Amino acid sequence: MGIRVKGVTKRFGSFTAVNNVSLDVQQGSLTALLGPSGSGKSTLLRVIAGLERPDAGRVTISGEDATGLAPRKRGVGFVFQHYAAFKHMTVRGNIAFGLKIRKRPRAEVRARVDELLALVQLQPFADRYPSQLSGGQRQRMALARALAVEPKVLLLDEPFGALDTRVRGELREWLHRLHDEVRVTTVFVTHDQEEAMALADQIAVLHEGRIEQVGSPRELYDQPKTPFVMSFVGAAAQLGDRWVRQHDLDLRLEPAAGAFEARVERIARLGFEARIELQLADSGTVWAQMTCAELDRLELERGATVWVMADRARVFAGD
Amino acid sequence: MRKLALRTVALGYLALILLGPLSIVFWRAFEKGFGPAWSAVTTPAAMHAFQLTLEITAIAVPANTIFGVLCALLIVRHPFPGKGLLNAFVDLPLALSPVVVGFALFLLYGRTGWFGSWLSSHGIRVLFAMPSMILATAFVSIPFVVREVVPVLREIGTDQEQAAETLGASQWQVFRRVTFPAIRWAVAYGVVLTTARSLGEYGAVSVVSGRLAGQTETATLYVSDRYENFDIVGAYAASVVLALMAIVVLLTMNLLRPKEGVH
Repeated sequence: MGIRVKGVTKRFGSFTAVNNVSLDVQQGSLTALLGPSGSGKSTLLRVIAGLERPDAGRVTISGEDATGLAPRKRGVGFVFQHYAAFKHMTVRGNIAFGLKIRKRPRAEVRARVDELLALVQLQPFADRYPSQLSGGQRQRMALARALAVEPKVLLLDEPFGALDTRVRGELREWLHRLHDEVRVTTVFVTHDQEEAMALADQIAVLHEGRIEQVGSPRELYDQPKTPFVMSFVGAAAQLGDRWVRQHDLDLRLEPAAGAFEARVERIARLGFEARIELQLADSGTVWAQMTCAELDRLELERGATVWVMADRARVFAGD
Repeated sequence: MRKLALRTVALGYLALILLGPLSIVFWRAFEKGFGPAWSAVTTPAAMHAFQLTLEITAIAVPANTIFGVLCALLIVRHPFPGKGLLNAFVDLPLALSPVVVGFALFLLYGRTGWFGSWLSSHGIRVLFAMPSMILATAFVSIPFVVREVVPVLREIGTDQEQAAETLGASQWQVFRRVTFPAIRWAVAYGVVLTTARSLGEYGAVSVVSGRLAGQTETATLYVSDRYENFDIVGAYAASVVLALMAIVVLLTMNLLRPKEGVH
């Protein structure tokens, strides 16, 4: 097992950030901690790294109980949202930091840093300072720095959160390839469900300090266990006690048995797909999702009355 | 127009408050030529006074630098109950008149003071000697390093330090390799201010030193002694040396600083 978290609770004053969380991360896997801000995902990651001390519970890394260990003795690589670059050191100095702390021979440090510079494609920038790099380059440098000491696990706290959309997408692809190459057990925190689904083998969805569900991206999408998971992993609409994927809403121009009457409030065309805001006759609004081609076929307009079918809806027990 | 007015007011005020008195000092010192001024500051008493000031500064400044950095780390990085009180206490020397500080030391270390009787029974002399003068100087110059370092520590945050920690650095290595390089300019500026303040200390030292010429007379005390004895050239010439010391300290700082701008 790469990482085993058992019954971890972390409080800040009267606020319980992480509430009795248990999670297993397979050796060599790529796991996402997914949740909205304040869900406790970053705190959980920091507990694994040893940067926060849990009030209860245990953390095991590669079979070794790490609960009482200082961060420097855990063999973790940590990447921060805002890079945490050592501003007074060059890219080379940043990457070499952990190796120098370990007093490795100079030639070995040099060789290893060169290898990592190549891995993160920063060779031309080796002698620059972090302030002379772009955000994406800084984060790649931070990754190389974390990987330099060959950590048992790599922990990334919203690693792409501070980058613009395009760079974020590039870096995401790049991290995926890197993980295929290096195969180090990796856990990353994100609030972006698309990012989690695109990258991770396993996703743990956190909500108010608890894990709602753990599973593969497909499991979470196809078999969500709670309304929160259903609505956070992929867009969902609620019709009475029924939850349905927005793209599973079937709009008709004629009344039908079991259909909800609604009025079209707004239509947003997003290129390939379109979103339609519907005011339900009963009360409440839902968004429906369809391709623009479908929208054209239906010839929907603002103010039109439609009937909404939700055949593939789910009902959650106790909701 | 408004720019010009602002400039005139600012520069005029500076000239009136700062440059005016300073140039008078220089002018009066060299009124009778360079020779008399030179001999006035090279008398044994003058030389001793300058040496004493430098010695006191050489002890008080490193002590306050180390304490100041530790204190700033404590305030910013290791919150504890009573932190606010410590934070306020650090500023006390700025608000308290040095003369009061002097008298406080007098009460503590005097023959009948709390520590004084014990110390004198062990043959340690604090009052009218170096120890009390160092204590007085250290007291009045405590705030500067703390005040310079605290905001910089807050600004750099803990990310870099935590990154270093996860990379295997011990607490000392984190400080030496990450924290200190980040605050070094704040420390340097604090040291400059501490030094300047130490060189110029008068009030507290005046009370605890006993002002024994050639023994416990610092440069500032020497200036006032010369002035009271109507040795105008001596007083002004010694003042010029003090002013030059301060200027050298400040210039050194400014010469060192631009290099930082590169990164």
